[in-house]
Amino acid sequence: MTGTTIRSELHLPRYLREDDAHRTPVAFEGYRSTGLRAPLRAPVDLPHRLTEVTGPLLGEGRVTAADADLTRQHDGEPQGQRIIVHGRVLDSGGKPVPHTLVEVWQANAGGRYRHVVDNWPSPLDPNFTGLGRTLTDGEGRYEFTTIRPGAYPWGNHDNAWRPAHIHFSLFGTAFTQRLVTQMYFPDDPLFFQDPIFNAIPEAARPLAISRFDYERTVPNWALAFEWDIVLRGKDQTPFETEDDGDIA
Amino acid sequence: MAQLRTTPSATIGPFLAIGLTWDDGPYVVAPDAPDAIWLRGTVFDGNGDVVPDAMVETWQADPDGGFDHPDDPRGAAAFPGFRGFGRAYTVDGGQYAICTLKPGRVPDGEGGLQAPHVDVSVFARGILDRVVTRIYFADEAEANAEDVVLRSLPDDAARRTLIARPTDDGYRLDIHLQGDRETVFFAV
Ligand SMILES: [Fe+2]
Repeated sequence: MTGTTIRSELHLPRYLREDDAHRTPVAFEGYRSTGLRAPLRAPVDLPHRLTEVTGPLLGEGRVTAADADLTRQHDGEPQGQRIIVHGRVLDSGGKPVPHTLVEVWQANAGGRYRHVVDNWPSPLDPNFTGLGRTLTDGEGRYEFTTIRPGAYPWGNHDNAWRPAHIHFSLFGTAFTQRLVTQMYFPDDPLFFQDPIFNAIPEAARPLAISRFDYERTVPNWALAFEWDIVLRGKDQTPFETEDDGDIA
Repeated sequence: MAQLRTTPSATIGPFLAIGLTWDDGPYVVAPDAPDAIWLRGTVFDGNGDVVPDAMVETWQADPDGGFDHPDDPRGAAAFPGFRGFGRAYTVDGGQYAICTLKPGRVPDGEGGLQAPHVDVSVFARGILDRVVTRIYFADEAEANAEDVVLRSLPDDAARRTLIARPTDDGYRLDIHLQGDRETVFFAV
């Protein structure tokens, strides 16, 4: 990993940047929508200053305990396989990220989103919205109860299907740590043809896939999957006071 | 301790409105707060077409240049009614709108002050990792001329892509994801 360094009179944390071999690029040739949307010019390096090492600490007042159970948001229960999705939010130094907002959204068991522009012929479920929120606990743990989302077709290429996934959004504690991503399920047979999954460098793909967690299944009730999420951590190497005025 | 690899990012996709649009998202401050301004702009793609499914998030100092955050070595500074964070969805013809207060100047860590600025993240279908830019203010010419980040850019054309123009109710800056007027984006 490399970090971005400035000579600083303020003692600010510096957040490590994952190397390119383990980081999703902004654009990917097989993903058509990137063609007109992903910026073409190389980004300018922005050393971390006060605005970048701080960030919104959202949570209290925005989330209720009920928001973590996507199967209890309507009068009836949604169709599909009930699952628990849980894990920890850590930084790359292995430190838990406590009390941080985790937002998820997903398709229903048939792969349909409750959204006006999703109109493929799979029915909506009147008992499923597909939105969840929670805060990690003091040890960085999160847990949702939901149903396993279905795969869905899309227009990217001939007979294109998205592997089943749950969208995640995380803040951490700094602007540099912001992450929006997708969690997949083990051994999905659709991985091979999905450009969004395959845009992730091969070495990092396992980090996007949850683990079936028999230990955490609830007898006669729910299956379980575990997925830890790792945000950028602070550089712990000693601060050098000489000759590091330039970007690393 | 051994370093862990970070979780790879993915596109926010087209259906973010299910999960990420909050009723109070655009309100960094209440619209009737004294000195509230609207930051507005349109997000364009490489064809010059509007991007009607982007999420624009902002993070900024308060009017005194403070952050309500423990990692600010000057001390966390709470500014009443001010969240620092805004989130807008460009469903309105590709336009984002954030109601906020103009930020104060913030030390640059190198002995100077940064010009008032807002850090911006843009997420959309077709963007696999968020892209980051900044909003500066055209009526801060003197501060802008001293700003360490603006000074690091190659030329005025690049700087202009970051500088919002005053409007009736605040400021306006369009975001061009590609094209001749491609916005300057930052690697953070
Ligand atoms: Fe999706």
